[in-house]
Amino acid sequence: MKERLQELKEEALRKVDAADGIQQLKDVRVEYLGKKGPITEVLRGMGKLSKEERPVIGQLANEVREDIAQAIEVKQTGLEEAALEEQLEAESLDVTLPGRPVQVGGPHLLTSIVEEIEDLFIGMGFEIKEGPEVESDYYNFEALNLPKGHPARDMQDSFYVTEELLMRTHTSPVQARTMGLKNGSEPVKMICPGKVYRRDTDDATHSHQFTQIEGLLVDKDVRMSDLKGVLNAFAKQMFGAERDIRLRPSFFPFTEPSVEMDISCKVCGGAGCSVCKGTGWIEILGAGMVHPNVLEMAGYDPKEYSGFAFGMGPERIAMLKYGVDDIRNFYINDQRFLKQYHKA
Amino acid sequence: MLVSLNWLNDYINVRDYEPDEFAEIITKTGIEVESVEPVAEKATGVVVGHVVSCEQHPNADKLSLCQIDVGEGVLQIVCGAPNIAEGQKVAVAAPGAVLPGNFKIKKTKLRGEESNGMVCSLQELGVDEKDVPKEYQDGIYVFPEDVQAGDDAISLLNLDDIIIELGLTPNRADCLSMAGVAYEVAAALGREYELTAEKVEEGSEKAESLVSVEVEDPEANPYYGAFILKDVTVGPSPLWIQNRLTAAGIRPINNVVDITNYVLLEYGQPLHAFDFDRFGSAKVITRRARDGEKITTLDDQERVLTRDHLVITNGDKAHAIAGVMGGAESEVQKDTNTILLEAAYFNPANVRQSAKDHGLRSEASTRFEKGVDPGRVERAGLRASELLREYAGATVLQGVVSYDQLDRSEKTIEVNTTKINDRLGTEITREEIASILERLQFPYEQSDEDFTISIPTRRGDVERFEDVLEEVARIYGYDNLPYTLPSGASQAGGLSLEQQLKRRVKAYFEGAGLDETITYSLTSEKQSTMLVSKEVAQQAAAPVKLAMPMSEDHSHLRLSVVPELLQSLAYNVARKQHNIAYYELGTVFISEESEVTKQPHEMLRASGALTGEWLSHPWQQEKKTVDFFVVKGIVEGLSDLLDIPMTFEKAKIEGMHPGRTANIMADGKIIGFIGQVHPKLQKEWGLKETYVFDLNAEKLFELYEKEEAFEAIPRFPSVSRDIALVVDEDVPAGDIKETILEAGSPLVKQVLVFDLYQGEHLSAGKKSLAYNLLYLDPERTLKDEEVESAHENILQSVKERHAAELRG
Repeated sequence: MKERLQELKEEALRKVDAADGIQQLKDVRVEYLGKKGPITEVLRGMGKLSKEERPVIGQLANEVREDIAQAIEVKQTGLEEAALEEQLEAESLDVTLPGRPVQVGGPHLLTSIVEEIEDLFIGMGFEIKEGPEVESDYYNFEALNLPKGHPARDMQDSFYVTEELLMRTHTSPVQARTMGLKNGSEPVKMICPGKVYRRDTDDATHSHQFTQIEGLLVDKDVRMSDLKGVLNAFAKQMFGAERDIRLRPSFFPFTEPSVEMDISCKVCGGAGCSVCKGTGWIEILGAGMVHPNVLEMAGYDPKEYSGFAFGMGPERIAMLKYGVDDIRNFYINDQRFLKQYHKA
Repeated sequence: MLVSLNWLNDYINVRDYEPDEFAEIITKTGIEVESVEPVAEKATGVVVGHVVSCEQHPNADKLSLCQIDVGEGVLQIVCGAPNIAEGQKVAVAAPGAVLPGNFKIKKTKLRGEESNGMVCSLQELGVDEKDVPKEYQDGIYVFPEDVQAGDDAISLLNLDDIIIELGLTPNRADCLSMAGVAYEVAAALGREYELTAEKVEEGSEKAESLVSVEVEDPEANPYYGAFILKDVTVGPSPLWIQNRLTAAGIRPINNVVDITNYVLLEYGQPLHAFDFDRFGSAKVITRRARDGEKITTLDDQERVLTRDHLVITNGDKAHAIAGVMGGAESEVQKDTNTILLEAAYFNPANVRQSAKDHGLRSEASTRFEKGVDPGRVERAGLRASELLREYAGATVLQGVVSYDQLDRSEKTIEVNTTKINDRLGTEITREEIASILERLQFPYEQSDEDFTISIPTRRGDVERFEDVLEEVARIYGYDNLPYTLPSGASQAGGLSLEQQLKRRVKAYFEGAGLDETITYSLTSEKQSTMLVSKEVAQQAAAPVKLAMPMSEDHSHLRLSVVPELLQSLAYNVARKQHNIAYYELGTVFISEESEVTKQPHEMLRASGALTGEWLSHPWQQEKKTVDFFVVKGIVEGLSDLLDIPMTFEKAKIEGMHPGRTANIMADGKIIGFIGQVHPKLQKEWGLKETYVFDLNAEKLFELYEKEEAFEAIPRFPSVSRDIALVVDEDVPAGDIKETILEAGSPLVKQVLVFDLYQGEHLSAGKKSLAYNLLYLDPERTLKDEEVESAHENILQSVKERHAAELRG
């Protein structure tokens, strides 16, 4: 009987091994482990055995049963996995097909530049101030040391609405307004970005509307070297640590001394090329020490207070940084232009 | 200002610098050099030739056959110029010469005759057409007698000169003269220069015996000097004067005019020469013109004057608009014998007004407008007299007849070494300051750290401490300033709440798929009133108009950003970019007055415009064209973001689709609109279906409340129920939702439409709306009966209010 059981076991295990489908495996189970199966039969015939043999054979029969059951289970798991594998294989995708597009928009290049500059100066403790675009002649000119009939008013031919109101020609009136609110005693540390307007015919380098960012710092004992230090920090962060700055004398009615700031040319590194017109330098902004008349008109005592101011054009910065060659691009809103600058 | 380096070098040595290097120094110390250019394109091998003989070419009517002595021999040259003649000294480009444009001269044959070179016009030598004297414009140039055959023509004509263009800021009018430039260069380079004193040989006759001067308005004309020059011979001026004028971009005319222009360039003082006989009186009276008074100026234009304009008269008739232009009647002509030479100081504002009113901006008016050097007015007259004596054969009458109330005093300014260093952040020594003042030729007195400085009259721009500070700083060199950071109390910089919200809203729109645009605030009259939101239209009396627009396209301030966005859309669609979604945060300008006197209210709007496909994913058959609900979804998203409830009410707005437009309401007021652009308007712009929205961002920011409190996440399950209701088709889905929320309060937390049906299973004029309702009690688990009862209540209410039947 022992032999019979061993045979059955080997036979069953062979069949389990040979089974290549779940059904076949089920058949093996029914065949060997079912109620009518040979092992059951063996067990039934146990009555004929001696007392001593019975438990031995019984145990053996149980062991054989278990071995077969286990083999079936192992095989079944394997077959199921293979079947699942096969099924998943059949579901495979062409991963190179395009995904469902997500509509993403982005900021205007000028906004990106303005916000970059804003954040940079916020980091240095500046506030952001805004003011009206239709400005009074007083704040746009007079409070900035440009009385009526001043020849420098020529420099910025303006769009007037009435004799006393005009489209602001620069964001400087925001400085005058902000200073005016301080009763001549508190420090001011601000930048003011915004739209400005001049009587220009639109072409590649002129626009009747453009953007400006001005900065102002008024406090006791502000030095011109502070202006140089702040502008240097700005230029290095905005244009790269390897860029140098230089200040050149210039003239603005609202500052004295007045300077223009150049940065070393990125293209040629200062050797001179077509971008910097051979000079090695590129003009970035105008600046200076706040004119005593301007301080006085805003209620500050120029003997006690001093300050510096600077102003720059984000369009110009964008044109230099990204090589934009026509200022009208900023206002036409060609999608192909706008989308170029949306990458992070 | 164009500066000839050859000329400048006569005053002060600049030849030991390369022109570019020189330009760099000048730029860094104060005056920006805008360009460094040769006066003419390079030419070589051009010499003076003496025309020994000049005959008609045997085979050509219009050509001459000339024998020309070029110093080293005689060349036969065929010349086509009409003005060539025997005995002339001309510019000859012999074979081997190279003319501008790399034009190489070779030996050739013209109509059978040998030609060994070319006789040149000034244009062929690279002179700008506008600078060529009139008599040589259509032919060759003829040298004055005193040049020698074989001399280098290029150098004689100063065509090897380098011109630097100075970009002068309005304060540096002192550099509108060669003398001024020389003072500046002397300071920059640390070299010596002083304007040479005038030496005039005067005759015995006194000018005052011939002329008197009277000034009626001393404020407008504080100085008027009249010089009389007799026996003048009008002719060409010497070559060196002509050359210098040409280099400065002024065309030589005749010796008298050229000399006045020359002195204008040299001294910065405009002068005017009248033909004294044609002036018609011995009395010069300057006065304000009478309203309606007329004068014919040198350019043969009759000009009507007003009291704003100052004129030079002979006691009766105006002969010049002061500082701007002379009159035609007393113009110097070939037969002029006696000259009345004017050297005057006219008030800058007055000249500015006259120049502006008559549209006459000249070398003269520009200088008067910026203020000439009071110390040099009379000296300029002397200098011109000296030159006229030498180069026009004039006899200079003794003395200048003048009216003189001119302030020539030198300002004194006190500065202190410490104060300068405190303001600049430097450690400049008093010795260094003294040396800088010496370079600037500012006389000073020093007592330890204190300086009392006299400012020369040529530097009218230096008026106070800060101006001296600038002079010291620029000569000291801005490169030498240290880098420091402000030492004052630090403040926390940052964005205001409104500025933060602006950035948040921009980020939202961009995340929602819209690109930001920036459009013009100034628009056309037509566009300024288009597609305006109701609450804006109600506040605005009329769009704000520019007093003097430059074009019709930008004449009015916008009341809505939407038309500008549509214009951008149209621009793109015309370039085959059909799928556009734009937004802008931009200002509109609202004035309550029809005649503006006050600043308009500048209101920030958040506007958008979308056209074309919103989603295109073709291979999975997904495609969505922009429609009302795409745009509404974007607005609702913003409403959620800011937590400001918005409702939509059907509305009619001009320019919008009458059935697909709504006002947007918040806080019980209209804050904007949304909808489809009217198909007629779409067609005008060349647009397909286009949807827009426009919101009062200012109001939204005002309504915004920052939510600080934490709301607990519900711990109890919610219950979801659906209802389908049949109502008349004109019942707004939003109204039913409101009723459900109200009747289901407080248990109903959310109501969503999930189906809309109209068609064969319903009677005509009806629609079915299916809603999903979410019931929730944050405190406990809801019982079925409670939900049932609330649901019954809701059904009752919608039946009563909207005649809604539960769909069977």
